[in-house]
Amino acid sequence: METKRLVIVAVGGQGNLLASSVLGEAALLNGIPLNMSEIHGMAQRGGVVESALVFGDARSTIISDGEADVLVGFEPAETLRALGKCNADTVVISNLAPLMPFTVNIGQGVYPDLQELQKLIRSKTAKLIAFNAAALAKEAGNVLAVNMVLLGALIQTDVLPLTAENVKEAMKRKTKQQFLDANLKAFELGFDEAAKAA
Amino acid sequence: MMHKLLTENPGERMLLLGNEAIARGAIEAGVAFTSTYPGTPSSEISLQFFQISQESDLYFEYSTNEKIAMEVAAAAANAGVRSMCVMKHVGVNVAADALMTLAYVGVKAGMVILSADDPFMFSSQNEQDNRYYAKMSGLPLVEPSSVAEAKDLVPYAFDLSEKLKEPVILRTTTRINHSTGVVELREIRKRIPRGDFIKDPLNLVTVPAVARKLHIKLLENYDTAQEIAETSQYNFIEGKGSWGIICNGVSYNYVSDAIDELNIKDKIRVLRLGFSHPLPPKLIKDFLKDCEKVLVVEEGEPYMEDAVKAFAQEEALTLPIKGKSKELFTRLYEYNPAQVRQCMVKFFGVSYAPSEVIDLSDVPPVPQRPPTLCAGCSHRATYYEVRKATEGMETIFPSDIGCYTLGLLPPLSAADFLICMGSSVGTSGGFSTVTDKKVIAFIGDSTFFHSGIPGLINAVYHKHNFTLVILDNGTTAMTGHQPHPGVDMQKLNMDGYGIVSIEKVVRAIGVDHVTVIKPYKVKKSIEAIKESVNYNGVSVIISEETCALYANALKLPKRKPFHVSDTCKDHKDCISSLACPAFYIWNDRVKIDANLCTGCAVCAQICPENAIRPVKSEAQAQGH
Repeated sequence: METKRLVIVAVGGQGNLLASSVLGEAALLNGIPLNMSEIHGMAQRGGVVESALVFGDARSTIISDGEADVLVGFEPAETLRALGKCNADTVVISNLAPLMPFTVNIGQGVYPDLQELQKLIRSKTAKLIAFNAAALAKEAGNVLAVNMVLLGALIQTDVLPLTAENVKEAMKRKTKQQFLDANLKAFELGFDEAAKAA
Repeated sequence: MMHKLLTENPGERMLLLGNEAIARGAIEAGVAFTSTYPGTPSSEISLQFFQISQESDLYFEYSTNEKIAMEVAAAAANAGVRSMCVMKHVGVNVAADALMTLAYVGVKAGMVILSADDPFMFSSQNEQDNRYYAKMSGLPLVEPSSVAEAKDLVPYAFDLSEKLKEPVILRTTTRINHSTGVVELREIRKRIPRGDFIKDPLNLVTVPAVARKLHIKLLENYDTAQEIAETSQYNFIEGKGSWGIICNGVSYNYVSDAIDELNIKDKIRVLRLGFSHPLPPKLIKDFLKDCEKVLVVEEGEPYMEDAVKAFAQEEALTLPIKGKSKELFTRLYEYNPAQVRQCMVKFFGVSYAPSEVIDLSDVPPVPQRPPTLCAGCSHRATYYEVRKATEGMETIFPSDIGCYTLGLLPPLSAADFLICMGSSVGTSGGFSTVTDKKVIAFIGDSTFFHSGIPGLINAVYHKHNFTLVILDNGTTAMTGHQPHPGVDMQKLNMDGYGIVSIEKVVRAIGVDHVTVIKPYKVKKSIEAIKESVNYNGVSVIISEETCALYANALKLPKRKPFHVSDTCKDHKDCISSLACPAFYIWNDRVKIDANLCTGCAVCAQICPENAIRPVKSEAQAQGH
């Protein structure tokens, strides 16, 4: 089975680990081999959370620089920071709603210009799908569903050996019942948004 | 709902975090007694044990430190109960005194010691390679390459321990602990939580005459373990080529993937060592004889490489054997697949064009997101107050291991020296003896219990001159809010626990000047700190306030958030002296994010214009 490598980057609290666990469950349900690993980076204390998911027969649980087939960034500056994981064939999906790093808030850094950021990523990779996932999460009825919006966009690209049905089934098992409808809606909105970008 | 790791359904496949898989492996092995001192990357293992112990006859304790965790488990195993103690790599240093002689005494029932090493130091102060503890103690060591293997190695280690009648070390690295993979459940062996201790002082009390005899037994066990390692299923050879690779742990994964990617399966022969102490000499020597050249791939120190070279010498083999060198593998940090592949390409002379790395030279610097003390963290308040109280004084701030170490960066700049758990207190005695600066040490509550107390006794005894600030936030915060002896477990609805008062301990040690402060009361705290730091001798300040994250998790009543009102004259004292992450700048004005603000009111107390006020309207919560 062909190996596909996915890197997800997010800021602590954005639900990266839940998104990874939904994808993991979807792979398990479909008998697709998967290894993954997480670096929490003291997530609860404002750090960055990075997940690596390797689908297929490879044994490694981490992804070297330049070797991601897909990069999903839950936050635009974090997408840019993780650009080193990409190569010219990588598909990149990014939320465009910034979460200001504390260093910027206290004047110790400049947040990258969002237009410039998209231009840069687009020029170096195969494809960039970028949109305001926070707005779509709100529209779906759960501001915390940014992760599910981006999962929808990810599945639309068809890079991973998973279908929308697989992932929705996994969402039913892995996400809280009370948020399920909003999460499924968020997934759909993200899926449709990525289709528009195609 | 039953804990998922207690599922009795052999054959079921489950997606588990490495640490969950290890806990499941222990449950399958019938472990009945478990202990730990929490430490990343091992913490989730004990979290599972803690939860399982709430609903079964499994015994679990958060011990005061790793030495005690090992001692309680050693006793259980000597009374015939299968036991496991879990710690991070540096925790084994704390437990090493127990470990080295427990190796002599041995066990009656199986005992597994889990050492979670942390190459790259994702959350540790060093990246020591604990395979050397096996070598130094003479105990067997096994190490997995995958999550599934981690689970299966636990019952194997228990059986091995019972066979040899000595503890077995299970060594992991962060990439095992924090990876997730599919495991297949096996049957759960029945737990036997009660045992008996049979007196046998001439084998169990290590006076010199007994120890001399026990050392002979340890060396005999070593020989037996070596024989078992020769045929262990965890030491295996793959491939029939003449290019040899010897590897362990996660390196095996990177080697396997590289062999596929480089398409060199026919040329390569891999020896994966999962039972890596004692190393199997015959297996390794025979492997070497079949190879033209050998590359040793192991993160950390050249533990296997040195041994392999010695085995080659014994057989007068002169084939090239390489591992750590300037051209090939480093002793630094964790490895990654591309790095291992590149070293294989270089050593074996394979042609390979890696996918082109993209040019990042025109990517602007991305602002950092360093982990920082949380909004409303009481440590920030205490640090600010100590800095205020000591304005104009020359100070040294020895620090300790915990969240509060995050106060090392400006503007708090509240950490000057740190080596290990408890070192704040011990080093303060040295600094205050040889310098004229005022020494103020910081230690957390859990760390104080762990290893701060002997240092404090030493200071009182030797009449050292420093102030110790005990940052008591009521939990072991950094590793995920585990309890410690100072926590009132009744409040958590948990029976069967005592409670140890930090203040009473400090007074009983004989510290004459003891002050308790509430750090959210800024002015009062500064006054109290001033008095304490001016005391000549050992003084202790206990700064009591619940961890803000923990308070949130416990759903304690919330305080109202604050906002910056129009009377703000833009001094920015708040932001420049506290640097709380709830602040942000909007149109050049300081604002407070009402979602992050915990209402600690520390900034409100230091604003010269009294411009920071409780939120009373939705508009104010929005920063207007």
